[in-house]
Amino acid sequence: MSEHTGMVEKRGAGLWLTHLGLIIGVAFIFFPIWLAFVASTVTNAEIIRPPMPLWPGDQFVENYTRALTAGINAPVALMMWNSLVMAMGIALGKIAISLLSAFAIVYFKFPGRQLFFWLIFLTLMLPVEVRIVPTYEVIANFGMLNSYQGLILPLIASATATFLFRQFFMTVPDELAEAARVDGAGPMRFFFDILLPMSRTNIAALFVILFIYGWNQYLWPLLITTDPDMNTIVMGIKQMFPSGDDFAHWPTIMATSILAMVPPVIVVVGMQKLFIRGLVESEK
Amino acid sequence: MEKRVTFKGIWLPLLLVLPQILITAIFFFYPAGQAIWQSLFIPDPFGLSMQWVGLGNFEYLFSDRYYRASFVTTAVFSILVTVVSMGVALYLAILADRLIKGSGTYRTLLIWPYAVAPAVAGVLWLFMFNTRVGVVTWYLGHLGYDWNHVLNEGEAMGLVVVASAWGRISYNFLFFLAGLQAIPKSVIEAAAIDGAHFWTRFRTIVWPLLSPTTFFLLVVNIIYAFFETFGVIHTITSGGPQQATTILVYKVYSDGFVGQDLGSSAAQSVVLLFIVSILTVVQFKYIERRVHY
Repeated sequence: MSEHTGMVEKRGAGLWLTHLGLIIGVAFIFFPIWLAFVASTVTNAEIIRPPMPLWPGDQFVENYTRALTAGINAPVALMMWNSLVMAMGIALGKIAISLLSAFAIVYFKFPGRQLFFWLIFLTLMLPVEVRIVPTYEVIANFGMLNSYQGLILPLIASATATFLFRQFFMTVPDELAEAARVDGAGPMRFFFDILLPMSRTNIAALFVILFIYGWNQYLWPLLITTDPDMNTIVMGIKQMFPSGDDFAHWPTIMATSILAMVPPVIVVVGMQKLFIRGLVESEK
Repeated sequence: MEKRVTFKGIWLPLLLVLPQILITAIFFFYPAGQAIWQSLFIPDPFGLSMQWVGLGNFEYLFSDRYYRASFVTTAVFSILVTVVSMGVALYLAILADRLIKGSGTYRTLLIWPYAVAPAVAGVLWLFMFNTRVGVVTWYLGHLGYDWNHVLNEGEAMGLVVVASAWGRISYNFLFFLAGLQAIPKSVIEAAAIDGAHFWTRFRTIVWPLLSPTTFFLLVVNIIYAFFETFGVIHTITSGGPQQATTILVYKVYSDGFVGQDLGSSAAQSVVLLFIVSILTVVQFKYIERRVHY
């Protein structure tokens, strides 16, 4: 085999150059994150007299404790909780309503089926960024400003998940539904006992993508959460910068930035296989 | 495509689609309709009534120098973000593809930034290039270069481009690496036996076979640069200096929420809606082609 691959893949000096190139790439990618981590472990005095150190200091516990319990406008622990509720709400909400509607569209013939299909299809085209002002008005009229419903509901009005499940249901062998029908099982029994367990992997893969999507939202929480106690962590970071000419408290801000990255990074790296699968499938 | 076996019933399926239809109607169709409707009116100065102006908002919009400039800014920004992030990702994917062992490790290391929100990426890069405390700014200063993205338009654009492209490298890398690994090694070896060197092999075999992936990423990255980079712009430059980094999505926000100019903001939403439709059609057309390859 090595005889064979030697033709194309490099060995010796070439191999080391390949590794070197990749390591430089990884270093370039990691440098901003490293620097943020270092800044979250030193005192503000060390940062505002540049150049800041490039190696972590001894303020880790102090800085993270201060950020989590006090923050600047609101405790970061609270902002992380808000982000968690929002991300879980979007991921689970979207998966639930999409599973149900995809099931209806694939397994039933009912009046308006095509119409509903196209109505849902249209939502693929318009990200929330485009319709912010009128959507904001809807939320305000419902009295949903500074609420979890207001954060979650407008962002689950999209059809990507419905499409994914529809595609998957189409590949499920007809014999299964046939057998269920012959056995006298109702549609919902078939849905819960057969279809749902079969969709496990797809649901998990989609969950990874949607969780990150929800956690990383910025513009929408920026508009509808005016109360600092409802801020999500990703949008709350920018709010930590002082408005005037004052010095920002960088260790707290950078500790918050690191904390904002931790949950999605754990999800991506820990569920790498599912993540890549979800990514590839949701873009198909 | 139709299922051969279906269940009977009318009320049950209607009940099943109801949650999605309700949410879509209230939070999607109604606001989108409102945007189109509002784009045809201007509110009076007291906000008490609306006056029909037909396409007046659009005429006004396109006569606005800043709005036309925002188109150019968006185009420059999107092209730069796409080229930079795809270029770096392709380079890294080619290197990783050359490894027999260990490409998985690099993939795990490079996958990280995908999880970093654009707004957080903005804060990280802002910190490095901060005019007072930024470590890169300081070293640049010692090399005799005076970095100031708060005043310099080109530097502001450069910074938001790099920060936006940075977060996107992972995504492009994953797709490029998958695309490269799907190319049969035998084809490349055959060319190598014929004496084709790396660059020749890349140009004549790898690049053409990779083109479906490249086209796909091109469209997806442009959509990303258009709509998902709001967080980067808002955290780093807030659209400045002199609106040099005000992309279209940022302008909808700043005119609608900061400037309270609802008619203009709605008209801008409609223009964006039009652009998204075109991009989506391109994407679907392309995906159709990809199936046939």
